[in-house]
Amino acid sequence: MNNVERELLADSQIDEALLSKTLDSMFLHKVDFADLYFQASRHESWMLEDGIVKEGSYNIERGVGVRAISGEKTGFAYSDDISPIALQKAADAAMGIANAGVSGKIKVFNRQTVCKQYQAIDPLASLSQENKINLLHEMETHARAQDKRVKQVIVSLSGVYETILVAASDGTYSTDVRPLVRLNCSVLVEDNGERERGSSGGGARTDYSYFFEVENDQARFLKYAEEAVRIALVNLVAIDAPAGMFPVVLGSGWPGVLLHEAVGHGLEGDFNRKGSSAFSGKIGQQVTSQLCTIVDDGTLVNRRGSVNIDDEGTPGQYNILIENGILKGYMQDKHNASLMGLKSTGNGRRESYAHLPMPRMTNTYMLAGESDPKDIIKSVKKGIYAPNFAGGQVDITSGKFVFTSSEAYLIEDGEITSPIKGATLIGSGPQAMKQVSMVGNDLSLDMGVGVCGKDGQSIPVGVGQPTLKIDEMTIGGTQ
Amino acid sequence: MTESDSIINQLEQVKIRVAQALDVAKSLGADDAEVSMSRQQGLSVDTRLGEVETVEFTNDGALGITVYKNGCKGSASTADLSEKALSQTIQAAVNIAKYTSVDECSGLADKELLAMNPIDLDLFHPKKLSTEQAIEMAKQCEDSAMSFDKRITNSDGATLATFEGFKVYGNSNGQLVGYPSSRHSLSCVMIASEGDDMQRDYAYTVSREFDGLDDAEFIGQQASKEVLSRLNAQKIQTKKVPVMFRADIANTVFGHFISAISGGNLYRKSSFLLDALGKKVFPEFLTINERPHIAKALASSAFDSEGVITQDRTIVANGDLETYLLTSYSARKLGLTTTGHAGGIHNWLVSASGDADGGDFDAMLTKLGTGFLVTELMGQGVNVVNGDYSRGAAGFWVENGKIAFPVSEVTISGNLKDIFKGLVAVGSDIDKRGSIFTGSLLIDSMQVSGN
Repeated sequence: MNNVERELLADSQIDEALLSKTLDSMFLHKVDFADLYFQASRHESWMLEDGIVKEGSYNIERGVGVRAISGEKTGFAYSDDISPIALQKAADAAMGIANAGVSGKIKVFNRQTVCKQYQAIDPLASLSQENKINLLHEMETHARAQDKRVKQVIVSLSGVYETILVAASDGTYSTDVRPLVRLNCSVLVEDNGERERGSSGGGARTDYSYFFEVENDQARFLKYAEEAVRIALVNLVAIDAPAGMFPVVLGSGWPGVLLHEAVGHGLEGDFNRKGSSAFSGKIGQQVTSQLCTIVDDGTLVNRRGSVNIDDEGTPGQYNILIENGILKGYMQDKHNASLMGLKSTGNGRRESYAHLPMPRMTNTYMLAGESDPKDIIKSVKKGIYAPNFAGGQVDITSGKFVFTSSEAYLIEDGEITSPIKGATLIGSGPQAMKQVSMVGNDLSLDMGVGVCGKDGQSIPVGVGQPTLKIDEMTIGGTQ
Repeated sequence: MTESDSIINQLEQVKIRVAQALDVAKSLGADDAEVSMSRQQGLSVDTRLGEVETVEFTNDGALGITVYKNGCKGSASTADLSEKALSQTIQAAVNIAKYTSVDECSGLADKELLAMNPIDLDLFHPKKLSTEQAIEMAKQCEDSAMSFDKRITNSDGATLATFEGFKVYGNSNGQLVGYPSSRHSLSCVMIASEGDDMQRDYAYTVSREFDGLDDAEFIGQQASKEVLSRLNAQKIQTKKVPVMFRADIANTVFGHFISAISGGNLYRKSSFLLDALGKKVFPEFLTINERPHIAKALASSAFDSEGVITQDRTIVANGDLETYLLTSYSARKLGLTTTGHAGGIHNWLVSASGDADGGDFDAMLTKLGTGFLVTELMGQGVNVVNGDYSRGAAGFWVENGKIAFPVSEVTISGNLKDIFKGLVAVGSDIDKRGSIFTGSLLIDSMQVSGN
């Protein structure tokens, strides 16, 4: 037993032999595939507001999910009790999906060693409680010191230590330890009765020391505090955004939420197996401008969206989705891949043991192009420049997507001028991506804050892109 | 399901656990403690293109505890209810309270406001449904959708879900209350295509009582009607026009209002409705009443998540804001008394008087005249600090009271203060599937961005 097996299975009288036996029992029905997913997590969070530490919480979760697949059918049951009885009960319920009758044999477990994108560490123990509290206070002090118009500061810190074990009838037997930390600063600024909020933060699959690392001569946590204040002050003087169709220049990094919404979801295997995506049946066709090469990459070191293994035990991979505008492939989990005669791409992810895995993104980004970001701005006569976004949404069938700016400016005669209020941008994914006319040489990734929701399941993801220009998009301003 | 598994038995056992947890918290040095636990179990079945896609047996629940010690607060939660896990969880909460700060506004709700003997709201109507029955109903729903029109070319499936569960809440002021509830739903998502255009839309029904669900075939047909009506949508010109929010999305407008009058945003000065109490925020004709005790309703509750008794309230009378929505904490921060809104609102009834009582959906379209009927909103473009509103929208262009053509890929924008004041009429086509019962809403003018 390794450490993860000890943590998940110790005290439960469950061992590898019992897992094998449970999967065997499920194959007494006409089951093509079955898996057992054990998960345990410890999660802490701290929140400072009005200069005091108001909230602290500690949450423990553990359980097992059992899935049986027969053709296109999936049976699923789970329990928050990790015990032989609960495991067999869940297995019996899940295999009820299939008729009785032996279908095959399970494969012998193959313990694989995978390349580690992040380390097996416990972030909760990486900083003393006193120093966690100090971190919150220091951030607040730093934010308030930026500008006297800062009236309120909220700082939140959270850390998760999660272990998983997945055992499947195809011989998969894998464990993973998944640390995740997140720090955020949100401020309210007030001037002449006008108020605005700004927030900034980051995170990674590592421990709390990440926030103290120095980048460009400054510790990350101080940078978050400064960014939050800067964005709030920019919005305080923002003028109304324009309404109508304009050229849009998206900044590098977090605006990659564009790719996540306009392209990413539409390339998830389940929608394409069902033929319900605007990108269905278009492999080999040109679906974006030739300037676009878009990848989903679970292998970036310590990134929020990275996976050593996905939730089906498949190692994280670097997958090219679109190359020079041509659609190359979809993101797959085991179930959808096998129904489409393909292989999993390491994108089978789930929120927890109590949720079914689905094809999901990891870190999705566009590779750098050749344009100087300054030239991209210069090329626009009248349009908007949007370096920060609040989030987005997509209808994968019609391809319509939105995302909402949280920091944006007018571009007038090739110059960035007035800040404009937050506005929603709307477009059709396939059309908008064909209108990408310039791609910058400044690829960067987001700061580690992405959360993706699909069918009610939330998971951490990453996005990124270079500065890029879309010739025309609809801007939901008021002027 | 055996008798020992029944929800009522589980509820009684959890009450005992909660009482024990409160004792343990005291013995570990907490001055005060509160514990809540909810559990939900059920069956969810998806069918697609006439075949079963997933059968899922759900079983979720967790116990959360908050302790107060010397004015400091600590919280913890666990799904494992064994004695060992419980005491570890409580110890974790007590440990956290050593590091949080003294906050004079925190603490249990005031004792005199607690629901010590809450009334029964008739929310528990479990349905013993076999997997086969559930599959049959989902199939029936999808079949009627698929056969509705030849342009229905694909399906994202139909889902039948039935859940039963309970909530238990206790605190060291001697309150220990709980109630069981049930929830059943049926939904259907269809895909239609014509030429290069492909669209999706859905229909659903939800009820505490299984027999309260709409007919499966009706839901299937509704889903198909909805999606067919969206085919061949166009963008419209960028301009200011009258906008009507159809009843099924009209609740979102009041959702933003809820967030603006919630104590948490008010004491943080993060609302565009600061100091609006007693002032006109909607036109004279609008009244919003809260009725938390409607039998079998989806948002009914005899007490809020702090155990505070809920009561009938007038939220908006003749356009004036009559109350904020407060928890014990936000009330203390604002020097007020809690309104029993920890955890959210409880059944809002929106009504309009006089000419603004706009009649049924068709009458509302006539009132709209020429403008934009919104049936779908996308994205989160709402800034509650200043009221700025900018969201993606789809729906229909209406000319002279008649639907002319479907519209998509546009945004609607404005400021919520103006949108509230610009309300012209409320329809009688009330949607009761959520916590806000409202008909369609007609707004005099909003900016549409399109071509």
